[in-house]
Amino acid sequence: MPEDLNWAIGGEAGDGIDSTGKIFAQALSRAGRHVFTSKDFASRIRGGYTAYKVRTSVDRVDSVVDRLDILIALTERTIDENLDELHDGSVIIYDDERTTMQDVNIPEGMIGLPVPLKRLAEEAGGAIMRNVVALGAACAVAGFPIENLDEALEKRFGDKGRAIVENNEEAARLGQEYVAEEYDYDFGYELECTDADYVLLNGDEAIGMGAIAAGCRFYAGYPITPATDVMEYLTGRIDQFGGKVVQAEDELAAINMALGAARAGARAMTATSGPGIDLMTETFGLVATSETPLVICDVMRSGPSTGMPTKQEQGDLDQLLYGGHGEVPRFVVAPTTIAECFWKTVEAFNLAEKYQLPVYLTSDLSLAVTEQTFPPEEFDMDAVEVDRGKVVDESGIESWLDDKGRFQPHYPAEDGISPRAFPGTTDGAHMTTGLEHDSLGRRTEDAEVRVEQVDKRARKVETARREETWDYREFGDPDADTLVLSWGSNEGAMREALAFLDEKGIDVRFVSVPYLYPRPDLTPEVDDAETVIVVECNATGQFADLVEHDTLTRVERVNKYTGVRFKADELASEIEQKLAESPEVQA
Amino acid sequence: MSSEVRFTDFKSDKQPTWCPGCGDFGTMNGMMKALAETGNDPDNTFIVAGIGCSGKIGTYMHSYALHGVHGRALPVGIGVKLANPDLEVMVAGGDGDGYSIGAGHFIHAVRRNVDMTYVVMDNRIYGLTKGQASPTSREDFQTATTPKGPNQPPVNPLALALAAGGTFIAQSFSSDSQRHTELVKRAIEHDGFGFVNVYSPCVTFNNVDTYDYFRDSIVDLSETDHDPTDYDDAKRKILDLDKEYMGVIYQHDESVPYGRREGLSESMADIPDGAPDGATDLVREFY
Repeated sequence: MPEDLNWAIGGEAGDGIDSTGKIFAQALSRAGRHVFTSKDFASRIRGGYTAYKVRTSVDRVDSVVDRLDILIALTERTIDENLDELHDGSVIIYDDERTTMQDVNIPEGMIGLPVPLKRLAEEAGGAIMRNVVALGAACAVAGFPIENLDEALEKRFGDKGRAIVENNEEAARLGQEYVAEEYDYDFGYELECTDADYVLLNGDEAIGMGAIAAGCRFYAGYPITPATDVMEYLTGRIDQFGGKVVQAEDELAAINMALGAARAGARAMTATSGPGIDLMTETFGLVATSETPLVICDVMRSGPSTGMPTKQEQGDLDQLLYGGHGEVPRFVVAPTTIAECFWKTVEAFNLAEKYQLPVYLTSDLSLAVTEQTFPPEEFDMDAVEVDRGKVVDESGIESWLDDKGRFQPHYPAEDGISPRAFPGTTDGAHMTTGLEHDSLGRRTEDAEVRVEQVDKRARKVETARREETWDYREFGDPDADTLVLSWGSNEGAMREALAFLDEKGIDVRFVSVPYLYPRPDLTPEVDDAETVIVVECNATGQFADLVEHDTLTRVERVNKYTGVRFKADELASEIEQKLAESPEVQA
Repeated sequence: MSSEVRFTDFKSDKQPTWCPGCGDFGTMNGMMKALAETGNDPDNTFIVAGIGCSGKIGTYMHSYALHGVHGRALPVGIGVKLANPDLEVMVAGGDGDGYSIGAGHFIHAVRRNVDMTYVVMDNRIYGLTKGQASPTSREDFQTATTPKGPNQPPVNPLALALAAGGTFIAQSFSSDSQRHTELVKRAIEHDGFGFVNVYSPCVTFNNVDTYDYFRDSIVDLSETDHDPTDYDDAKRKILDLDKEYMGVIYQHDESVPYGRREGLSESMADIPDGAPDGATDLVREFY
């Protein structure tokens, strides 16, 4: 387990919680420390409890844990909301001169640290900087030199002018000094700085950056939590590479615009969350049957309907695998980490174009709102490869024309993959349609042609199974009797849970699956294990169902659907408990 | 190639299954002529069609084309045009596709003013489903699903377009081949979203809005001193429900299409076979 510190700032939405937390996370990253952040937030602009949490270590951190060491509480509720995570010796920084905080009850065993945040901020130049005063105070508690904040403050306030940056530096200094002078106490923390250079980014940003790297030039979307950051990231950046972000009037328009751009030959994508996927499902079948390459990103949140918009869930898997009437192939890819959000996005574009079909790229709220540090080499642009598949130009088009000289966009090739001619290509003019069609793309109800086209589309999947690597990521003890399976964002928590389990002498083989369709055949792995436990953030166990279907073996299920992601220590206990219940282990 | 293009080059070898006498024949012929006469050819033209009788047009014409989902043809056309501004994009649909299920997209496509053409074959009826009221059906038009008539006023598509900031609003009649062709041509040539509502009678299910009705009631604006750049006059005519006007009713003479406002001029289809130059700077931003 990494030697870590868990820090948080909490208050009301509109209190600047996010930007303060981000400054601290960035400062830690610049100081060569690893960072893993999480957010508690509500779907409102002002009011309501919100918090930004930072876990930091010199070692890599991949999960949140059930522990909070230093808390900046701007409201009393912030303390109540975190009682489970606070422990003996936790430090709570608050402004006792604030009327609502004067009679705050600091739970027994914890250290209340009153700091006049507002007064010191005013001294530094304005009450608005009270969070930065608190940051300085927290740095004093954590044994983290405040000079480390400078670069992050510059990044945050640089465009407002040098004076503002300096005021903020002063605010941090006043907070730090106040604690140092008023509380002559060793809190026991000393955050070591290293020479490492890390980048700090969230999953939505990684997806956006992956899209640009992969040559995506057209993005159409409609704002929705927690996918909006993909769109905001691309806006202004994709333009520098000859691309465009279009904010459509709704998700129906967004996917149709992206479809149009893809038909025109652009690498195109849209991103949304569950409610948007419902709407896009209308056009999904058209994308698939017209054999248009498109990346549709679903950043999952809690459903059904509007559900819990700012809460974690992995409830859309069935919808992505089976959504839409009729039968037509699609691929479903689910990155398991923030860095993988980048690489799986690149891969999704290649898969979409090679196999001329829609690829659902699905991450979730946990990946979207978490900022995590990585060595920049993990995003090595030189390693990005672009494969556009069977695109034909003027010179090659002749071999794809029928005996009347007509281009055949749905030619039933042996591998199922037809040629693709971008509009503007001489002699390539062709149509396609959501109606069943012949090889020319023209409607048909001819039984033979229908079967030929259905089979042709299905053959693309068989080709992909053969040609591509549908592997998984493996951790823990490869020879362990217990096999834990999960998909998507649970990888981080489970990776760290392995260390907790190891301490208790429990050996586990952990297989993290990023491909849901096509997916690796897990039969050998499941057959080798005595107990198989499938971990996922939904109530019904949608991935567990797939595993049972594929391997014809009953599995144990650990499901979480509270709206909060798994925490490493909590997940370890759940698995321990599951093993205690399991008849195989008892026998 | 363009100088040799004839309008029949835009014809596919598929025979239309429209009812004999359907207005859509004339509408389509005018579209093909207008495309040929504006220097386009099938290889640089992209037709997007919606669902309904009108939606079949993609099959009967020869060009790059997509026959899409009901009501969503306009967003597809926008995507095509923004991704490759060199293409001539024409979207075709009916009154159900455009003003009922697709009404939301219609308003927003008008607002966005992408340089493309939208031809609506308005027959004031649902033909393909065999005769139910459409959004442009008259208030008392009796059908199997509306025995007392829709009991609500018809949509005024020209007024919607004007209210949404339309920059080219025209109305034509499918059987007046010359005028219809000319109006579609002007829509193509317009710098922005060229919208043409075409009276395209359904001879099978609409016995009210017939060829005879339109012939008798149409006022051809080319025979008047109508100035399409006069917004107030255009508004008056569009809101005048007693007349069926034909011609360019409104044209904004300083229209700048969305793509140009956004600085889009290159096709997005050409990309490198690895990450683009400068991509590493994106990583550095996260330091």
